Amino acid sequence: MAAETDKPEKMMDVSVWRGGPDGGAFESFKAPQQESQTILDVVTYIQQNEDPSLAYRFACRVGMCGSCAMMVNGQPRWTCRTHVQKVLKDNKLVIAPLRNLPVIRDLATDMTVFFDKWTAAEASFTPTKTRHDPMAPINPETPERLAASEAIECINCAVCYAACDAVAGNEDYLGPAALNRAWTLVNDVRDGGHESRMDAVSAAGGCHNCHSMGNCAQFCPNELNPTASIAGLKRATVKAALGLRK
Amino acid sequence: MISPHRSHPLWFAFLLHRVSGLALALFLPLHFYVLAMALTSPEALDGFLSWTDMTIVKLAEYGLVFLLAAHFFGGLRLLALEFLPWSPRQKTLAAGAVALAFFVSTTFFLSAV
Amino acid sequence: MLDLRLYMLQRLSALILAPLVLTHIGVMIYAVQGGLSAAEILGRTQGSIPWMLFYGLFVAAVSVHASIGVRAVAAEWFGVRGSALSGLTLAVFAILGILGARAVYAVTAL
Repeated sequence: MAAETDKPEKMMDVSVWRGGPDGGAFESFKAPQQESQTILDVVTYIQQNEDPSLAYRFACRVGMCGSCAMMVNGQPRWTCRTHVQKVLKDNKLVIAPLRNLPVIRDLATDMTVFFDKWTAAEASFTPTKTRHDPMAPINPETPERLAASEAIECINCAVCYAACDAVAGNEDYLGPAALNRAWTLVNDVRDGGHESRMDAVSAAGGCHNCHSMGNCAQFCPNELNPTASIAGLKRATVKAALGLRK
Repeated sequence: MISPHRSHPLWFAFLLHRVSGLALALFLPLHFYVLAMALTSPEALDGFLSWTDMTIVKLAEYGLVFLLAAHFFGGLRLLALEFLPWSPRQKTLAAGAVALAFFVSTTFFLSAV
Repeated sequence: MLDLRLYMLQRLSALILAPLVLTHIGVMIYAVQGGLSAAEILGRTQGSIPWMLFYGLFVAAVSVHASIGVRAVAAEWFGVRGSALSGLTLAVFAILGILGARAVYAVTAL
């Protein structure tokens, strides 16, 4: 270890996007490479040592909260769990705000639209019982529960939303995160919002705009597969329209 | 240039499906127009069809049949993806669709030359 | 750009097209051998009710399928919206349907 700390610091080139809602440009920085360093570490280094006015967003630093996603070398990533060694290319990093979302400042995007679309997709639980009812028994082995369990654990980081070209081409499209969440609720036997949710995901910006290009599944940091969830929604809405369901 | 967030096999499958579909949609009016010559001027149709003996036209046909076959097999994969239980082997299926499209269009080309 | 109704029309037309395209490719591979001629094509198709129905259904399904497909591409890649998008969808449907019907009539009528 001693030998390692004696080594001169190896610097890398970091291009960071700076600007606001009306545009901006990349600014070049140098940052030292370190063992087990994450992209968020690099951004924090720049903010603390190079330019304290750099705006970015993070909270938990351990891949739980979904706050710190950014574009890293052109790909959406959760920066707190992305190791520099994994993505460094020609000793260079290019860090930009998430694609498909308006920028507030520098690396911080405005996620209002993203969350509004969760609401529009009715991607929230509609209870059918009160606290006075006994707990609903849930069999973890039913096909519905298995489908729901496959698709939970989303941390709302918007990496899939930034990766999706259908979102990029259609401002009304609800996007993979909201539709994935809607799919978990379609499979939740305790949920009572089925019919209005089916309408919500069948409207002009709904699940039928997905072209199954799989960018969402490719980049989801929790290895969820929104493409498969959206395919499930398409199937469910067609079945409902043909009167085949329930 | 292909952006880094698109550099994976299923995005290329999406692009092939879209580009082949668009090309076929643009080709169809021409195709229909030429066939309708059978009614208006049969000699003109034969004159047009004699072009198809040229190697360059045969190569263009090869390309068109490839696009049709790629759109067909790729479309079957998408229909299966949407209406059958999810298969985790989508990349293999997409590659298989392209391989089948090459096989079918090459069979056509070898019959044409 | 695509709601449930357009999506179902597009997938239904795809299901109809699948066996028709497969047959069409088979016929092409068969017919192209020894070169194409108007006499050969018309000899096969003229006065044939089965071919008229086959190609008639083909044209109808492809007009629906292609117009909805072009609609999605126009919206996502070229930013077409609103009534221009509806107009384009209908125009592609009409052009393919009319030209296609004319072609089917030309090669299958006696």
